[in-house]
Amino acid sequence: MKYETVIGLEVHCQLKTKTKIFCSCSTEFGKNPNENTCPICLGMPGVLPVLNRQVVNFAVRAGLATHCRIEPMNQFARKNYFYPDLPKGYQVSQFDHPLATGGYVNILIDGEKKKINLTRIHMEEDAGKLVHGENMGNPESSYVDFNRTGVPLIEIVSEPDLRSSEEARAYMVELKSILEYADVSDCNMEQGSLRCDANVSLRPFGQEEFGTRTELKNINSFKFVQKAIDYEVERQTSLLEQGDKVILETRLYDSNRGVTYSMRSKEEAHDYRYFPEPDLVPIVLDEACVEEIAKTLPELPEPKRERFTAEYGIPAYDAQVLTATRPLADFYEETVKLHNHPKAVSNWMMGDLLRELKNDDQEIQDCKLTPQRLAGMLDLIEAGTINGKIAKTVFEEMYNTGAEPETVVKEKGLGQIADEASIEKLVDQILEDNPQQTADYRNGKEKLMGYFVGQLMKASKGQANPALANKLLKQKLGSGS
Amino acid sequence: MADPTNAPTLLQAREDLKNKKYSALELTESCLRRMDAVEDRVQAYLHISREQAIEQAKAADERIARGDDAPLLGVPLAIKDNICTQGLPSTCASKILGQFKSPYNATSVDRALKAGAVILGKTNLDEFAMGSTTENSGIHPTRNPWDLERVPGGSSGGSAAAVAAKECVAALGSDTGGSIRQPASFCGVTGLKPTYGRVSRFGLVAFASSLDQIGPMTQTVDDAAVLMNVIGGKDPLDSTSADVPMPDFTQALNRNVKGMKVGIPREYFTEGIDPEVETAVQNAIKTLQSLGMETVEVSLPHTKYAVATYYILACAEASANLSRYDGVKYGHRTEHAGNLMEMYENSREEGFGEEVKRRIILGTFVLSSGYYDAYYLKGQKARTLIKRDFEEAFKQCDVLAGPNCPLPAFKLNEKLDDPMQMYLADIYTISMNLAGIPAMSVPCGQTQGKLPVGLQLMAPHFQEETLFTVGKQFQLATDFHKQFPTL
Repeated sequence: MKYETVIGLEVHCQLKTKTKIFCSCSTEFGKNPNENTCPICLGMPGVLPVLNRQVVNFAVRAGLATHCRIEPMNQFARKNYFYPDLPKGYQVSQFDHPLATGGYVNILIDGEKKKINLTRIHMEEDAGKLVHGENMGNPESSYVDFNRTGVPLIEIVSEPDLRSSEEARAYMVELKSILEYADVSDCNMEQGSLRCDANVSLRPFGQEEFGTRTELKNINSFKFVQKAIDYEVERQTSLLEQGDKVILETRLYDSNRGVTYSMRSKEEAHDYRYFPEPDLVPIVLDEACVEEIAKTLPELPEPKRERFTAEYGIPAYDAQVLTATRPLADFYEETVKLHNHPKAVSNWMMGDLLRELKNDDQEIQDCKLTPQRLAGMLDLIEAGTINGKIAKTVFEEMYNTGAEPETVVKEKGLGQIADEASIEKLVDQILEDNPQQTADYRNGKEKLMGYFVGQLMKASKGQANPALANKLLKQKLGSGS
Repeated sequence: MADPTNAPTLLQAREDLKNKKYSALELTESCLRRMDAVEDRVQAYLHISREQAIEQAKAADERIARGDDAPLLGVPLAIKDNICTQGLPSTCASKILGQFKSPYNATSVDRALKAGAVILGKTNLDEFAMGSTTENSGIHPTRNPWDLERVPGGSSGGSAAAVAAKECVAALGSDTGGSIRQPASFCGVTGLKPTYGRVSRFGLVAFASSLDQIGPMTQTVDDAAVLMNVIGGKDPLDSTSADVPMPDFTQALNRNVKGMKVGIPREYFTEGIDPEVETAVQNAIKTLQSLGMETVEVSLPHTKYAVATYYILACAEASANLSRYDGVKYGHRTEHAGNLMEMYENSREEGFGEEVKRRIILGTFVLSSGYYDAYYLKGQKARTLIKRDFEEAFKQCDVLAGPNCPLPAFKLNEKLDDPMQMYLADIYTISMNLAGIPAMSVPCGQTQGKLPVGLQLMAPHFQEETLFTVGKQFQLATDFHKQFPTL
C-alpha cells in the first residue's frame, strides 16, 4: 500500500532580547556556566516574575509576519513537570490564551506555492541545560547550567499540513527567513535559537483520518529535519507494511547515527497540569497597540520575492535565492540601483558571491564586497574595460581585500588592450610564428580563425579587446602577403 | 535613661527614642532579654539574630543622633520565617529548606530596614504557612502566651505569640486564608490582612500566589497603620502589586465613625460558633453602635462554598509553588537515591511534613487532566460568586464585622489529627482572601478561661483606611488591646 506522510512542526525560536523574559539577566550566549543567573531565574524561594515587554513586542511581530490573529487577551500559564534543568518545577508558558492564532506560511515546492496553516504562536521561557560529568568534574554526576533558563522563546505550531520531509525543510527555511526579516530572532540554529519538534504520521492515500503519530524531539538543523523525518517515515512504513502498529510516543533524533529512538510512550506522557500563572497579570493587546507594531514591520520575504520578479524581471528561482535574507536582498537592490542590469547582478550574486560566502561560512553583511564595488565592476565590463573572464579575477580580489574595482584593474594591469597599434604588433608576431597555419587559412581553412584568436588572447593575457582582435586578425590574414 | 523592661507599642517606642528616654540599643537588648526569659516556654522564634540586631540598633542610634526621624527607626521587629531576609535563615519552618539563607531581602523587609527597623529574628509558622495552629511547624510548635497548653493559632503563630509575649515591638505575618487574623485573635493582638496587591509579595515564599498577603501584627491599630505606611505600595518586582495611591494610613486613625454603617453577615453567626466567642463579638458590635455606627444585617450567601473553594485553589497553586523544592539547588537532598526519580521522591518525602504533602497531593489532583474543569475551574467560578457577595454587601454598608474564628485557641494536639475540622475552622477568614479584600482582627474580649477573642472588620478593596478608622475608634472605647498575658 502507498502511504501519505503527514507532518506538523512545532518550532521553538529564541527572541533576540538583551535580557531574559522575567528578570534582568543577560541572554548572551557562551558565558561561563550560571554566570547569567539571579535569584529570579534560579527560582529561589519567594521570587516573582516580571514580564519583559520587549518579548511581547517581538512575539507580536512574529505573529503579524505570519498572518496570525493577535489575541487581545493574553495569559501565561504554568506547565508543571520535574526536571533538574527546570528550577521552579514548572515552565511559564501559555496555554488556553496564546498570543497569536490562525496564520499561515507560504512555501514554494517545485515552483508551486503551498499554504501551511499555523495553529498558534505562544510565548514561553526556556529551560536550562544539563551537563553530564564525563567532560568535567565528577563523571558520576550531572551539572546544571541555568544560563539559558528564562531566555524568551516563541513556539510556532503548524497544522499537520506538510506532506513530505522536503516540505518540512522548505517550511523551516521560509519560517527562518520570515523571523529574520521581522528582526525578532537571530535564528542561529547551531546555538539552538531555532529548533523544532516534528509530529509525523502516515495514512493510506485517500484516507481522511490521521494515522498514529510520533513526536520527534530536538531537531536543530535544516538537514536534520529532513533526515529525521525520512528515517521516521521509513520506520513507520516498514512497521505498517509488516502489519504492525505505530505507537504514539516521543522519539529523539540522534544525528550521529541518523536514527530516531523512543524516549517515552504515551503511558509515560506528562500530565502538565496547566493552570493560569497567578504571579503575572493578563496582558491586554488592543488593536491600536498591534497596529503600532505592524507599522514597524519591513517588507517580508514573500511579497519581496513577488516584487523582485515583477520589478526586475528576474526568474522566480533567482528571486527566491536573493530574498533568502534581508541583507542579501538589500545588497541586490542597491547594486541594481547603481548598475541597472538586474539579471547580470543576479548572476554574479547567485554565482560567485554566494559561492565565496558559502566557502568562507560568512554572511553577506560581514564581507568586504559592497554593492558600489560590484556595480563598479559591472560598469567596467559594460564599458569594455575588462571582459567577463578578467572580471572573475577582479571580483576575487575585491571580495578578498575590499579593493575598488578600478584599483584592481590598474594595479594588476588587467585593463583591455584597445589600442590598434599594440594589437597589430601582436598579430604580426603570431602570423610570423605560425607560417603553416597562416598558409592553411589563406588556402581556405577558415575555421583556423579560432586558433588565431586563442593565440592572440594568450599573447595578450586575455586583455585584447575581442572585437578589435577579430577585426585585425581578419584583416591581416585576409590580405595575404 | 530608663530601661524599657516591657516592649512598648511602636508609637510609644518611637516617641521615647526621639525623646532619648532610652536608646535603640537598650530597646533591642530589652527585647532580647525578654526572649531569654520567656522563649523556652513560648518558642515563638525559629532564629534569633542577636548580633545582627545589635548592629542594626547601633546604626539606628547613629541615625537618631543625626536627627533622622524614619518611621521605624530603632524599632525591633519580628519577621515570619516565610518572608526572606538576606543573611538570616528563611526556612518556612520546613525541613526541606534546612538552614537556607536567602540571598536577598523581601521588599517588605527591605522597606522596613530602610525605615530604620531592627530585625530581632524569624518567627515560627505552620510549615509553608499551611495550617491554623503552628503545630505543623517542621521544627517545633509555638505556645499561646495566654495558656501554654494551647496553640497560638496559625500560620503566623510565632509572630502573634512574639507580640503578645512582648518579645518584639511588632511583627510581620502573612495571610493566605486567615493566617494573620486568626492567630492575632487567639493571642489578643491586632492583625491586618491588607487588600491583595497592597503589599508586595516579592520575597514572601509562595503558598498560594493569588491569596497570599503580608501584613502587620501589632499591639495596637495605630502601630499597624505606621507599619502599613512603610511596607505598602506598588513594587516593580511584583506584577500583582497594585498601582493605586498610598494614603497616609495614620491620617485615618482619628476620623469619626458616627453614621458609618456596619454590616453583620448573617452567615457568620450560625451554629458551630462558640457561645463565648459569639458573646464577645456581639458585645463588640454593641460598642460600635455606642460609637454612633448603624448596624445592618447583610448576607454573604456563598459562604458555605468558601472552604471547599479555598482548599481547591490554594492547594492547586501550592502544588506548583512547592515544586521547586526538589533537592537539586538548595535545601534538603536525600542521601538515599540511586537515580533522579528517587532523589526527587526521597528528598521531598523526607523534607515535607504531613500537611504540606496532603495539600500538594490535593492540588496535584485537582489540576490533573480530566479533573481540572470539575475542580479548579469550578473553584474559580465559586470564587467570583464569593467576591460578588462582598460587592453586594458593601452596597449596604461601609464595613463588615464578625468573628475571626468560631472558637477560641485550641488545645495543643486537639485538632492535629482531624484536618477536615481544622479546615472548617477557617470558615470566617478565607472568604476575604478569595475576594481579595482587606480585613483586620482587633481584640474584643476574653472567654472565662482568659482566652482572647478577636473582632474581624472587613472593608472593600483598598479601603484599609476604613479599617484603621473603625479599629482605632474601637480601641479608644475598649482596653482589650492593653491586656497582656503574665508569663
